[in-house]
Amino acid sequence: MTDEQIVSDLAVILNEVAGVDQSKVSADKSFLDDLEVDSLSMVEVVMAAEDKFGVKIPDEEVKNLRTVGDAVAFIKKAS
Amino acid sequence: MSRRVVVTGLGAITPIGKNVSETWANALVGKSGVVKINQPWSNDLAAQIAGLITIDPYDVLDRVSARRMDRSTQLGVIAVKEAWADAGSPDIDKERLGVYFGTGIGGLTTVLEQYDILNTRGPDRVNPLTVPMIMPNSAAAMVGLEIGARAGVHSPVSACATSAEAIAGALEMIRNNRADIVVAGGTEACVNRLAIAAFASMRALSTRNDEPQLASRPYDTDRDGFVMGEGAGALILEEEEHALKRGAKIYGVVSGAGISSDGYHIAAPEPEGAGASRAMQSALRDANAKVTDVAHINAHATSTPVGDIAEYKAMRSALGNALDNVVVTATKSMTGHLLGGAGAVESVFTIMGLKEGLIPPTINLDNQDPEINVNVAKNVPFKLASDAKFALNNSFGFGGHNVCIAFSKN
Repeated sequence: MTDEQIVSDLAVILNEVAGVDQSKVSADKSFLDDLEVDSLSMVEVVMAAEDKFGVKIPDEEVKNLRTVGDAVAFIKKAS
Repeated sequence: MSRRVVVTGLGAITPIGKNVSETWANALVGKSGVVKINQPWSNDLAAQIAGLITIDPYDVLDRVSARRMDRSTQLGVIAVKEAWADAGSPDIDKERLGVYFGTGIGGLTTVLEQYDILNTRGPDRVNPLTVPMIMPNSAAAMVGLEIGARAGVHSPVSACATSAEAIAGALEMIRNNRADIVVAGGTEACVNRLAIAAFASMRALSTRNDEPQLASRPYDTDRDGFVMGEGAGALILEEEEHALKRGAKIYGVVSGAGISSDGYHIAAPEPEGAGASRAMQSALRDANAKVTDVAHINAHATSTPVGDIAEYKAMRSALGNALDNVVVTATKSMTGHLLGGAGAVESVFTIMGLKEGLIPPTINLDNQDPEINVNVAKNVPFKLASDAKFALNNSFGFGGHNVCIAFSKN
């Protein structure tokens, strides 16, 4: 899977769960500061991403996923 | 001089309308909102009918907000948005704006959905918003967020008396000078397999499954239980001077409230209606009204064999012979029983009735129970005399909660 594909799938999830405008989602964006995904919504995003990409994202990893790019890197490594 | 409280906005979403104007118009023509549930999960239930709303909340609310709410909260927020806009979206100091909004059952549908997810997909798939969606104050809290209320958000829980108790609480909140505007009301949306099975197990529900529109028949000799309904009602209560100063449209006055408890049984009403009668008497005292001032009662009248008679005895004991000059209606004949939403929706009917001088009918009343000796707006609307002053709305709940709200025209 390419980075672009993962970003685009994450954008769909972020829109569904938190109403984030898909066009605003890119690797450099921070979930909290740029996309305003609060911690409860982030739990939902993680659940949906786990289902979508068939990976397990442990809670201790979630705090390291500050940006969309961090998530993409983790998903690539884990899948 | 105590602070007077007026109604400056109304909202409703009911089985007979997506807003107040549609609900009111359909009520005046005696439309029933009761239908066959017709879901795969409903076909083995004793009761297979309900009053269902006819729009999808997702078509009205922002999608992301809606998915964070139980359906009961969705309906509550829809009713409040309407009421708030109807009141002119008042520009008010948010520290003087409160909420009194409740539910009888709450987020049960979400509980069931998440319990299924827990059992089929595991604990790590339970929605992180489950708790805020199922807590009993969820609707009140979301309503408070919607309008930015900062004077206090309250959520009474008293089964089917809930939203009448909310109006009583809102009245006190304004009288006590804790707020100038309070959004009051309540909601319910628990037409699901467990709630229907549970109410049916109490033998509380009508099982007239083949004739849904005829099933809710308060005061009729063939009534066999209530029909569950979903929906919500909201009233904007406002201190009179505040409303006048901003030139608000005024529907009428919330002139008093009475609350009592039966102290008798967890589900059955006290058979002589003593508790309900005390609530009605204290509402009249609070409103400074004489029994002969009462022109109309929107009764709790759920269509259960014992409940309707107990309430009749309460009305008779509270008003005596003056009851003979009162026109009573049972709008649950059309909407079904909205449980925690009932008191608010029926208060909307009551205050609209006073304002318009027209009382919506009690439908399906073919043979009035001879034990219930009242004048009913039977099958067609009743035109109130132009000097009609006061109207009462009764709401009672499992647990022995009795609430009566007194409204006046001015």
